[in-house]
Amino acid sequence: MKPRKIGLYSSDFEHDSCGVGFVANIKGNQSHQIITDAEKLLCRMDHRGAKGAEVNSGDGVGMLVGFPSTFIKKIAENEFQFKVQGQLIAAGNAFLPKDVKKTEKVKELFNEKALELGLTIIGWRAVPIDIQNADIGKTALEAMPAIKQVLITSKEIKSELEFDQRLYLLRKAASKIISSQIRMNDSEIFYFCSLSCRTLVYKGMLTPFQLTAFYKDLRDQAFETHLAMVHSRFSTNTFPSWDRAHPYRMISHNGEINTLRGNLNWMTSRQGTALSAVYGEELEDIYPVVEPNTSDSGSFDSVLEFLVMNGRSPQEAVMMMVPEAWQKRESMDKNKRSFYEYSSCKMEPWDGPASIVFTNGRSIGAVLDRNGLRPSRYYITSDDQIIMASEVGVIPTDPEKVIKKGRLEPGKMFLLDFDRGRLIPDDELKRSVYTKYPYTEWLERQRIPLTSVTKFDDYEKIDQDSLVPRLRSFGYTSETMQFMLIPLVRELRDPVGSMGNDASLACLSDKPRLIYDYFKQLFAQVTNPPIDSIREEVIMSLETFIGPEANLLTDDEEHCHRLRIKHPILKNKELFSLKNIDHKNWKTKTIDITYAIDERQSNLIDQLDRISKEAENAVDEGFSLIILSDRNVNENRIAVSTLLACGAVHQILVAKSKRSKVGILLESGEAREVHHFCLLIGFGADAINPYLAFEALWRARKENLLDKKLSNDDEVVTAYRKGVAKGILKVMAKMGISTLHSYKGAQIFEAVGLRDEVMHKCFTGTASRLQGVGFDVLEKESIRRHKLGFGYRRSKNLGNHGEFHWRSGGEVHAWFPDAIAKLQQSSRERNADVYNEYAKLMNEDSQAKATLRGLLEFKFGINGPEISLNQVESASAIMKRFCTGAMSLGSLSSESHETLAIAMNRIGGKSNTGEGGEDPERYNAMPSGDSRRSSIKQVASGRFGVNLWYLMNADEIQIKMAQGAKPGEGGELPGKKVDDFIARIRYSTPGVGLISPPPHHDIYSIEDLAQLIHDLKNSNPAARISVKLVSEVGVGTIASGVAKAYADHILISGDSGGTGASPLTSIKHAGLPWELGIAETHQTLVLNDLRSRVVLQTDGGLRTGRDVVIAALLGAEEMGFSTAPLVAMGCIMMRKCHLNTCPVGIATQDPTLRKKFKGQPDHVVNYLYLVAEEARTIMAKLGFRSIDEMIGRVDILDAKKAINHWKADGIDLSPLLLNASKLRPKAGTRQTIQQNHQLDKALDNELIRLAAPALERGEAVKIELPIGNTNRTVGTMLSNKILTKYGERGLPRGTVHVKFNGSAGQSFGAFIARGLTLELEGDANDYVGKGISGGRIIIYPDSKSPFVAEENILLGNVALYGATGGRAYLRGKAAERFCVRNSGAKAVVEGVGDHGCEYMTGGRAVILGETGINFAAGMSGGIAYVWDKNGNFESKCNLGTVELDPVESDEDIAELFELIEHHHIYTKSEVARKILDEWPVNLSEFIKVMPTDYKRVLDERRKHDEEIEAEIDDDEGNAQGGLFSG
Amino acid sequence: MMMKAMLKEDYLVGKPTGFLEYPRRNVAYRDPSERLGDFKEIYTPANDKALSLQGARCMDCGIPFCQSNNGCPISNLIPEWNDLVYKDRWKEAYERLSQTNNFPEFTGRTCPAPCEGACVLGISDPAVTIKNIENAIIDKALAQGWVEHKREKEKTGKRIAIIGSGPCGLTAADQLNKAGHEVTVFERADRIGGLLMYGIPNMKLEKELVNNRVQMMAEAGIEFKTNMNIGDSEESLNALQGFDAILVAVGSTNARSLDIPGSDAEGIHLAMEFLTKNTKSYLKDRLKEKGYIDAKDKDVIVIGGGDTGADCIGTSLRHGCKSIINLELLPTPPEERTLNNPWPLWPKIYRIDYSHEETIAKFGDDPRSYGKLTKEFIKNASGHVTGIKICDVEWKNTNGSISMVEIDGSEEVLNADLVFLALGFLGPEASLADKLGLKLDQRSNIKASHGSFSTNVPNIFTAGDCRRGQSLVVWAINEGRGAAKAIDTFLMGESDLEAPITATV
Repeated sequence: MKPRKIGLYSSDFEHDSCGVGFVANIKGNQSHQIITDAEKLLCRMDHRGAKGAEVNSGDGVGMLVGFPSTFIKKIAENEFQFKVQGQLIAAGNAFLPKDVKKTEKVKELFNEKALELGLTIIGWRAVPIDIQNADIGKTALEAMPAIKQVLITSKEIKSELEFDQRLYLLRKAASKIISSQIRMNDSEIFYFCSLSCRTLVYKGMLTPFQLTAFYKDLRDQAFETHLAMVHSRFSTNTFPSWDRAHPYRMISHNGEINTLRGNLNWMTSRQGTALSAVYGEELEDIYPVVEPNTSDSGSFDSVLEFLVMNGRSPQEAVMMMVPEAWQKRESMDKNKRSFYEYSSCKMEPWDGPASIVFTNGRSIGAVLDRNGLRPSRYYITSDDQIIMASEVGVIPTDPEKVIKKGRLEPGKMFLLDFDRGRLIPDDELKRSVYTKYPYTEWLERQRIPLTSVTKFDDYEKIDQDSLVPRLRSFGYTSETMQFMLIPLVRELRDPVGSMGNDASLACLSDKPRLIYDYFKQLFAQVTNPPIDSIREEVIMSLETFIGPEANLLTDDEEHCHRLRIKHPILKNKELFSLKNIDHKNWKTKTIDITYAIDERQSNLIDQLDRISKEAENAVDEGFSLIILSDRNVNENRIAVSTLLACGAVHQILVAKSKRSKVGILLESGEAREVHHFCLLIGFGADAINPYLAFEALWRARKENLLDKKLSNDDEVVTAYRKGVAKGILKVMAKMGISTLHSYKGAQIFEAVGLRDEVMHKCFTGTASRLQGVGFDVLEKESIRRHKLGFGYRRSKNLGNHGEFHWRSGGEVHAWFPDAIAKLQQSSRERNADVYNEYAKLMNEDSQAKATLRGLLEFKFGINGPEISLNQVESASAIMKRFCTGAMSLGSLSSESHETLAIAMNRIGGKSNTGEGGEDPERYNAMPSGDSRRSSIKQVASGRFGVNLWYLMNADEIQIKMAQGAKPGEGGELPGKKVDDFIARIRYSTPGVGLISPPPHHDIYSIEDLAQLIHDLKNSNPAARISVKLVSEVGVGTIASGVAKAYADHILISGDSGGTGASPLTSIKHAGLPWELGIAETHQTLVLNDLRSRVVLQTDGGLRTGRDVVIAALLGAEEMGFSTAPLVAMGCIMMRKCHLNTCPVGIATQDPTLRKKFKGQPDHVVNYLYLVAEEARTIMAKLGFRSIDEMIGRVDILDAKKAINHWKADGIDLSPLLLNASKLRPKAGTRQTIQQNHQLDKALDNELIRLAAPALERGEAVKIELPIGNTNRTVGTMLSNKILTKYGERGLPRGTVHVKFNGSAGQSFGAFIARGLTLELEGDANDYVGKGISGGRIIIYPDSKSPFVAEENILLGNVALYGATGGRAYLRGKAAERFCVRNSGAKAVVEGVGDHGCEYMTGGRAVILGETGINFAAGMSGGIAYVWDKNGNFESKCNLGTVELDPVESDEDIAELFELIEHHHIYTKSEVARKILDEWPVNLSEFIKVMPTDYKRVLDERRKHDEEIEAEIDDDEGNAQGGLFSG
Repeated sequence: MMMKAMLKEDYLVGKPTGFLEYPRRNVAYRDPSERLGDFKEIYTPANDKALSLQGARCMDCGIPFCQSNNGCPISNLIPEWNDLVYKDRWKEAYERLSQTNNFPEFTGRTCPAPCEGACVLGISDPAVTIKNIENAIIDKALAQGWVEHKREKEKTGKRIAIIGSGPCGLTAADQLNKAGHEVTVFERADRIGGLLMYGIPNMKLEKELVNNRVQMMAEAGIEFKTNMNIGDSEESLNALQGFDAILVAVGSTNARSLDIPGSDAEGIHLAMEFLTKNTKSYLKDRLKEKGYIDAKDKDVIVIGGGDTGADCIGTSLRHGCKSIINLELLPTPPEERTLNNPWPLWPKIYRIDYSHEETIAKFGDDPRSYGKLTKEFIKNASGHVTGIKICDVEWKNTNGSISMVEIDGSEEVLNADLVFLALGFLGPEASLADKLGLKLDQRSNIKASHGSFSTNVPNIFTAGDCRRGQSLVVWAINEGRGAAKAIDTFLMGESDLEAPITATV
């Protein structure tokens, strides 16, 4: 069974990720040893793959080998009596239907086609397999296809490339014929793993240990190759799939293509313009380039193959598809930039985190995405072997033989050419590509910069009189101005708000909402990281080329003949110029998207057809640009929504392969907010002219509502475009997309409640899981808006229907005055009568009109008759399932934070620290017996306050992957909010601002999350590990992956949850309601039989007992509340948290306001008690005795029959109510099984045993052990034992000293405590010293290795992330993101990759070598000392927040000297010795990187201290110490 | 971690920290010693600058409770105009104000301001001076000539009769006129305005303002007919011939009396009689001719502690009474909110109204006595009242049911030359409803529900105090707007008129 789409689940949302690697002989010598080594490599990355509910059904494993000619020759001769005499032979493994008749038919059709193409079939054999020996799991076995191998030869073809080109045509053409002639059911496939004379692929739904056991061929000693690429998959699902295993025909991919939908559509469009010199007319047989239902990796592979088979080298094709970040790299070679710019005229980047290994059998290459989000490490040995993998230490290698240890760098490529027998370095390789043609000249001659065609200075006259009617008719309200447009131009960014979104969903709203409101932005969580578009701006770009594209398969200057646009928002004069363009044969067609109103009949569909037809005709007539314009809107003419028009035109042109022949521009009165622009671009627009937004702002300027600095209309437009640009970048970054070029048409959205007719016509392929509003309603809405503007009651003002702030008679909000008043009254008095009035208002009134659950009703009697209330479990039992949400101290005042904690501890529920640490003082009981300790300790991306002691004081550790109000975004705490107390618990400096990054820098993929879960479990084995996700389409599959990553608990947060501060765009438009999220998650987990392994919780706007019951019925075991308990404590939804002016002292740090806080723990206790009691009453009526009985019982729910609403009538909730248990009856429906974290296998058990004298008596201990890459998170459990015994301060430094030899696994020394020293001779993988909490790490290369330490890579990515204290001495280079968010450790290293010391807030980093780019981005504290031997450091440093100084003060010099001296002592570093030998000379080459703010604060403090010191006798010596003592 | 925005105050709506920086300052009343000498308005002129800072105290709440069911019944766009006033954008403030409120000059002066009771700032600090700001906006608008009632060009041809020219009838007339209907307002008194004209004394609401409004409305096409007591006779009903719809907005004028021994004595008057005659006389000749009940040199007792009672006190003081006592049956209200009267409910607390302040200024003492039951009126031989016998009562709450107990031995007799009964009203006078065949509800009000406002007779609607019972001017406006929308919908099939959704009865 492999469901494609059922309930809320769809296979489109699967993600995967993995371990990838290869072994090869550089000289191309073949041997069987390569296979044996590759197998080892695979097995030692077992922890990077995953298993489902069955341990022996893997997610997929495979091996691609360089063509094993000896072996194939043997088969040909022995099995087919075919004499091989110099002719080329190809082979391919195929997955065919198990049905013998069908298999035979498939073969027959295939053979016929081969014959037709002049190829000779040598024969078909069954690939020998060994099911018993391999111990294949039941699930995998049931789904296993027939596995056959075909051998083919050709009489004429002598070139391998030519042969492969023919075979490619054969495979594609045969596939088309077979799928049209043979009916296959869902479980049957026709799929070639590969078909080539240069490579051969073996793969399947296996685990790493099963591959060679299963495929007997791979064990045959005659099976020799020079190259073996392997891949182990970690899928977020466990639905069986043999074909989705990697490698594909040319690649293995570790990562995710975020822009897939757009890439596919653009590829389809280009089919219309492609002409092939290789295939000629036969090109049609190859289409579609990408077959339907292909995964992202498979799609990438298909396009790469298409380009390569049409004559491009693999490396050039990959450079086109995964370009470096070139737009902002001024220092890049001009011709190289030109090549990339030229490529960007042909194709958009396939954007997303990726480590891709590609091969055609004669060369093998690897590339990382532009941001370097995946690890790839390699060794080269003296006997010509190369081993590349996601980790080091995967194949035992004699240290004496290792001559080079390297890594793939962001955007860099690596190529091994077997014919030339050597490794081609990145620069040589790329130079050969970018010097092939005179790209720079081509561009200069052909490209059309927008400025060159902007000739008209004036444009359409603005009609002032009709301004207000036009604004009103496009749905502008006073809030549009107040909350969106005016702040946008004043703050030059997307405006910020707070307290979440409790307004009605657009599909339920009574107001005429714009269609944009029906769409929710998708965002990255777990399987790929969001980007920090501000600190990592260097990789972001808004520049695009638009207009007709040339033939993808050729290279000539015609490609450059496109219009270059630097910003997607066009000024009026730019649009006007383009409208009237007369430049090198460019012509523009303007299409009017307004129409005469006829209220009696619906016209919208006809109009969309009319517009689409006009657009298609324009393309056929050779127009280069189309402008969709609603300028003609007036009293009698109504506008078709720009989004609908743009979507419809884009989709029809894609479907007809005409989209790449034309540019689509929009002249829109409707679009004005960042979300609007993102949608328009995401659905295919090339650029937008929001003329009405300009006019609205111009009027605001005249009314003195704007900054005085904006002295004319042009400046207003400039400011607006700046703010919008920043907003768009942020929305893209949220999804991990870095270029607008790839975002365009990528459709990264989900609709809520739009009917299929709308989706198919305008937004093809975008999810809208609940049917609802169709074109009729959309048209009614626009007519209503039009009347608001042009109706007979013309108003002088914009209206306000209370979309952001509640207004009487306005949009329905879940929270409204009566509800708040009654909730507060009932919680103060524990007054059940008043509470019931509150609940009734909530359940029957506001929520019914605003939320999906409002549309549900209970089916009484289904579960059984009503029972008496005392048969239902007690309120106190129910309250134990309640949590409060993650609200940090920083967003909340400590009074309210502690009140919540005390309340939750009183009822046995759980409160949450939020991101920001917790005062250790709170871990101790209060004299009253109460406790202020938060049970849940959150670990978020900033890792503020996260040290071992904090983690050990948790019952649950929650990894925040996303936050409902701003999924995919980080945050900032400005310096003035960081007072002494907050700075202390966050390990930062008072007065210095703090940034938390959008991603966790140790989680770029699902296997990374598994690693963090493992780390945290090691830090506190008694705590359960929870992962917080936010509801969006596909969250169920992500949750499955999270369950497979051994999370004990998963929280699905709704989109409407509160927040201290977030861009309004995110509050309103990112994420989905929790009802959808929890239902999808429950369904998907049950379908995967993973539900019994995790506890599910939901939150994000739960307010009543009815909500609790519905959450349980949809699948939740636990429920979280945030806003409601705050309301119980006195919150009145002021929505001013972000301004620090909360008048009731809750969301503020202002001492005056905090005094106004009147909340009591009992208010919260009372509220939750009343909620539980309400739930009990409902449970009794339904006949349920406990919450456990209700979990997942969707059969008790029904969509309300009583809906009587012009919009909501059409909403179909059946996907929400799919009963997954019916589809997989034996699968558990709630958590009953504990996850096996495999802590018993940890090396630390041994360490703990050996360290007994230290643990028991505090004696010094020395231990020596070997270590391998499968020994992960070493030292963490031991540290836990140290603190358990000795408390927060640990042991004296170096009490336990462990010396290892080998390659350490990931997270070496994570969270280690003071008193523990880990010394490693060898090398290490990612996350060394993550969260280090006082311990010491020393790493240096094996003394036997001949290479020069400082020129080689010693450790992986993200070392010392979130370190709070301790030291690290690292002899060799570290990879990307060294010391990210370090807040207290001191580290010495001999070179780092990109983004070093990003977001650092404290500690010291000494870099004795080169750094990568973007060093110190967002750094706000601590100091880095960089030895700038080559004098080029400044160009690599991000100077946004730091200053560069020489090292001059005695203090600094002493500190630096000491650190380098220690580095030399501990690691025997040659570099350190050299520096110290000529100290004064070398010292002058050091640069001190000092954060500006930090410097300011330190200076202020010093001055302050000096003043004080002047007054008192200083008898305590140096008062400076202590600030960063590790 | 939360992201804190950079606080650039002048970019934001309102002033986020205004409430922390500026204390509440009401627009002052004239000094009691001065104002007691005349019947002119008690208010001093507003200071724009000062009020603008008061506007800055508004917090622009995410949920403005001032607009809630406990706040402004006509959902005035309070945060909007507070901000506009703060930004010195008075004309726009007026435009917003006039969107929801037909007669801000009436509410700005007479409304007890439930909005301020519900103001979120009131949780821990004195509420925003919403009422003052409203009043200042309309005063400025009137002075600047921004206020206009347009004569609609496109007429519907529908004719509507409105019976009663109080705030409800006037509101409905204004709204219906905007919708293009022909509106005629019938008033039984000699002047238009109902309660606005004669119920509220001039010092609280300058009658010039009422006339001014009526004048503008008349110019916009509304026909006003005074001295037309529809319902006092069968013939009077003839006037209603030819109308497409009728709105009954006659108010709640059936005053509660006190049926105890001696209540037939002379010198005992209903409060409305006292106030009406006073205003009538004041408007006619500034009280020169003795056409009113004069309290000069009299011992006056007012029974009933509401607004009307307070107005009787203020009027008596201005006449120059010898003494003044105000009796209230209920106990003294608390100084602060009680547990069962939490924010945002209307705070039932001890307040000092203008006339109490005046009494204190003149006689040194607050005139009010609480927990006093009037047992008997004592009259002299000529049948004139000379005093009243009262006793103390105690209010007991036993299991939720509240009862009143007389306290033994607490009886006393107070001297009185004049007694005014300000005991509230019991619904409309019965005759009109009777003649039109309208059904009454249990409380003897005309039966109709809020929203539809339709009576049992198809084209007759009712609104205001005669439907909901005695209430505030602002509620009358609420009902008038609602009824207008209902009538417009009834006549035209749909309506674009705006109407508040707030309803409590």
